[in-house]
Amino acid sequence: MSEAALRKVTEHTPEEIEKVKAWINTEEYKEKNMAREALVVNPAHACQPLGAQMVATSFEGSLPFVHGSQGCASYFRSTFTRHYREPSAATCDAMTEDGAVFGGQNNLHEGMENAYTLYKPKMMPVYTTCMPEVIGDDLTSFIRNAKQKGLIPEDLPTPYANTPSFNGTHIHGYDSMLLSILKDLTKDQRVEDKCTGKLNIIPGFDGNVGNLREYKRICDLMDIPYTMLADSSEVFDSGCDGEYKMYPGGTKLEDAAESINGKATIAMQKYSTLHTMKFINAEYAGAKEVMPMPFGVKKTDEFILKLAELFGKEVPQELKDERARAVDAMTDAHQYLHGKKLAVFGDPDYVIGIVSFLLEMGARPWYVVVSRATKKFKKEMDALLETSMYGEGCTCYINKDLWHMRSLVMTDPVDGIIGDTHGKWVARDAKIPLFRIGFPIIDRVNLHRSPVVGYTGAINMLSMIANKFLDIMDETCEDQWFEMMR
Amino acid sequence: MAERKPIKGVTIERTEKLIDETLAHMPEKAQKKRAPHVGANEPSVSSCAVKSNRKVVPGVMSQRGCAYAGAKGVVWGPIRDMVHVSHGPIGCGVYSWGTRRNLMQGTPGVTSFPLDFTSDFQERDIVYGGDAKLEKLLREANELFPLNKGLSILSECPVGLIGDDINAVAKKMEKELDKLVVPCNCEGFRGVSQSLGHHISNDSIRDHIIGKYEFTEKAGPYDVALIGDYNIGGDVWAAKPILEEIGLNVKSIWTGDGEVEKIAATHTVKLNLIHCYRSMNYMCKVMEEKWGIPWLEYNFFGPTKIEESLRAIAERFDDKIKKNVEKVIKKYKPMMKEIVDEYKPRLDGKTAMLFVGGLRPRHTVGAYEDLGIQITGTGYEFAHQDDYDRTAPEMAKGTLIYDDVSEFELEKYVEEFKPDLVGSGIKEKYVFQKSGIPFRQMHSWDYSGPYHGYEGFKIFARDIDMAINSPTWGLVKSPF
Repeated sequence: MSEAALRKVTEHTPEEIEKVKAWINTEEYKEKNMAREALVVNPAHACQPLGAQMVATSFEGSLPFVHGSQGCASYFRSTFTRHYREPSAATCDAMTEDGAVFGGQNNLHEGMENAYTLYKPKMMPVYTTCMPEVIGDDLTSFIRNAKQKGLIPEDLPTPYANTPSFNGTHIHGYDSMLLSILKDLTKDQRVEDKCTGKLNIIPGFDGNVGNLREYKRICDLMDIPYTMLADSSEVFDSGCDGEYKMYPGGTKLEDAAESINGKATIAMQKYSTLHTMKFINAEYAGAKEVMPMPFGVKKTDEFILKLAELFGKEVPQELKDERARAVDAMTDAHQYLHGKKLAVFGDPDYVIGIVSFLLEMGARPWYVVVSRATKKFKKEMDALLETSMYGEGCTCYINKDLWHMRSLVMTDPVDGIIGDTHGKWVARDAKIPLFRIGFPIIDRVNLHRSPVVGYTGAINMLSMIANKFLDIMDETCEDQWFEMMR
Repeated sequence: MAERKPIKGVTIERTEKLIDETLAHMPEKAQKKRAPHVGANEPSVSSCAVKSNRKVVPGVMSQRGCAYAGAKGVVWGPIRDMVHVSHGPIGCGVYSWGTRRNLMQGTPGVTSFPLDFTSDFQERDIVYGGDAKLEKLLREANELFPLNKGLSILSECPVGLIGDDINAVAKKMEKELDKLVVPCNCEGFRGVSQSLGHHISNDSIRDHIIGKYEFTEKAGPYDVALIGDYNIGGDVWAAKPILEEIGLNVKSIWTGDGEVEKIAATHTVKLNLIHCYRSMNYMCKVMEEKWGIPWLEYNFFGPTKIEESLRAIAERFDDKIKKNVEKVIKKYKPMMKEIVDEYKPRLDGKTAMLFVGGLRPRHTVGAYEDLGIQITGTGYEFAHQDDYDRTAPEMAKGTLIYDDVSEFELEKYVEEFKPDLVGSGIKEKYVFQKSGIPFRQMHSWDYSGPYHGYEGFKIFARDIDMAINSPTWGLVKSPF
């Protein structure tokens, strides 16, 4: 700005404002917006350590330990707490300027000793923020030194993951932390020819505890013993009985250790478990499978058939009935979703599931937006869209953010958006509903408890979407079109 | 000010015993570090003995945030007509997007920018530096959001570590874009809490904003600025009308629902009225030194403090304002009485414990007391000595004062004091609710508000009553 005399405080004229208001909804603006190279506006992804924390917190007695800046730990805790409306314990060694100069070993040592003494965890997984990643802290030797100095017990599991925020997203942090914990806990546990007979089930980065419970319920119905790796369902959905429990659940450490001798391992997400599954493929006993998330009927069928095949089980009548009920609901209500255009955004595995459900309903996933994803993912999504005539004309955008999505929706409208809370701005501008499926949901209650996977999840999603469209019709139609029945 | 009446059962001995027993659980070094930060209140001594603004003790589970949080979340984010760029990796901007409730007028994306702008650093930006990317993104932001009145660059941890020069980029781009482009070196590893982020932001305002604009209308004798109100849940919209009702001209607001050009022209006001002393006292002092503008702290929580504050404000003006103040106080008295009459019978004699940021642990005490609630413990995430000195006289003798309290400690303190309400942050909330203790988030007003001013007290009283007396607490104990 020029250094001349003082400038006058000015107000934009109403005309100027109206002009820009209209302009940001135009094709011309869209073109400029889509051509952005450096600026990211309203992204739909977070950073690695957040995902690491979700894993680190999901084992029995496990206290997540953030190596790096204090503020990061508070951001992760707040994010989980807002979404689940549950406590989210995690501690941090609070590195500051001197840590930047001398490295973070002193902080880590003091932090580990204090955290262990005060909170008595059974495991303390360590993951990093940007700061120690930039200065190149050596966690292997730091942690070994802490044990040698007797600050924490030699036998306390302290798996660690490097989770730099300038690389990948929260789903990659999930992957790295899970890999590290499983490597640590299963070390020397592999016994040839020993089989626990159990299924290892890996939910992936999933903020819906209802989904995790649904996987378990399906396994129970099929009489398949299982270990969930890592199980956040109790940790982030514990009851209120007048007594706060810092460690309310999570995968038992001995179960995790034994998981290497399991009968089979299934990952319910692909993109958040790439490295973990590579390790499991190489080291674990039994069959290994990566399944798409069981959104909708067909993907749930696939999951159940896989379970039946792996464990030699008949599909029980309850599940057959459930399937029939879901199909009944979907055929009954198909007219409310058929042909509806939707914009879908979120994590790669979630989005694949949602799209596949929409195609089953005859709805059109018009825009699929993933704000950080690989070409491989796009290929997979494009192939999925091609499997159905309802995928025709639909487009998948990777590495585009929600401000890009706004331009898409404003220039070529859709009927609704499916994604997490962050989509509410676009939905409001476009005057269309947002169906909250994903993470985080910080403006509605209990949605994280209501499964969106399995046959039950299909009915839940269908009810949420169809009823909202019907509400809108009732709320906005003129009197002569207002009817008793819909 | 008269000393607070003693609270039944609260004594210095009991409080000190509790502190000793609690800290005894810590390793020796941590005990030594924590001990100076906790104490029993002595209202009569001139300086509060509790130490503050020191490094977090690693591993104890502090509730603190960082300098970036203090800069982006607190000071800059509320300025509605600027594009605030979270410069660095993706996380910081996402976590602080829309999570502070600093409401603002305007059309989002057109004249107001409650969006998340970020440079989303990748590995190559760490290796090669992010200055070129920053330059480019500022251009893009300015083109796509043309009605912005300026852009701020808020650096995240890596930026300072890799030696980027955001100041040079800002200087260059300010010329090129012919708009305010403000660098703020608020990397999260700087300092010990959010507090340094406030200070660094104040410095950026001093160096890059204040004194660069002037109001088109002539300065008047009643021109004031409202400093340190961030419009949480609409607080500014409840506070500003009162000041206008007493005849003052509120020329600018720092920074809730704020406009940067007005902030830049604040050097012409007659008096700065400061609510959040902790985060903005620096700029008040700068304006006092450079432009001779006096400043006055005030407190708009609850009728007692509002009245006290209005009269103190009136003292700085002529008879016209003094008369107006008395008129306004009289006008709202019946409304305030009605509120107290409705809620006090249900709240009288209850106790509460607080742990908030840098102001509310003392400023809200009066509002609770207006409803008959006594505060048995209070403390700050990121306050300094001058805040604690202002706190001691507001609290009864022997009450518990804790600085940067760890989760472990706060649990123990609450367990012993058994308050009827805990007022603190989101991270603390469900820990206490699981224990069956009513809780209100006191950073965000728990998605309610405003709590400032006469309008706000009505909502505050309703919320506190609702929290303590909700029938849902009666269901916690299971019959089987």
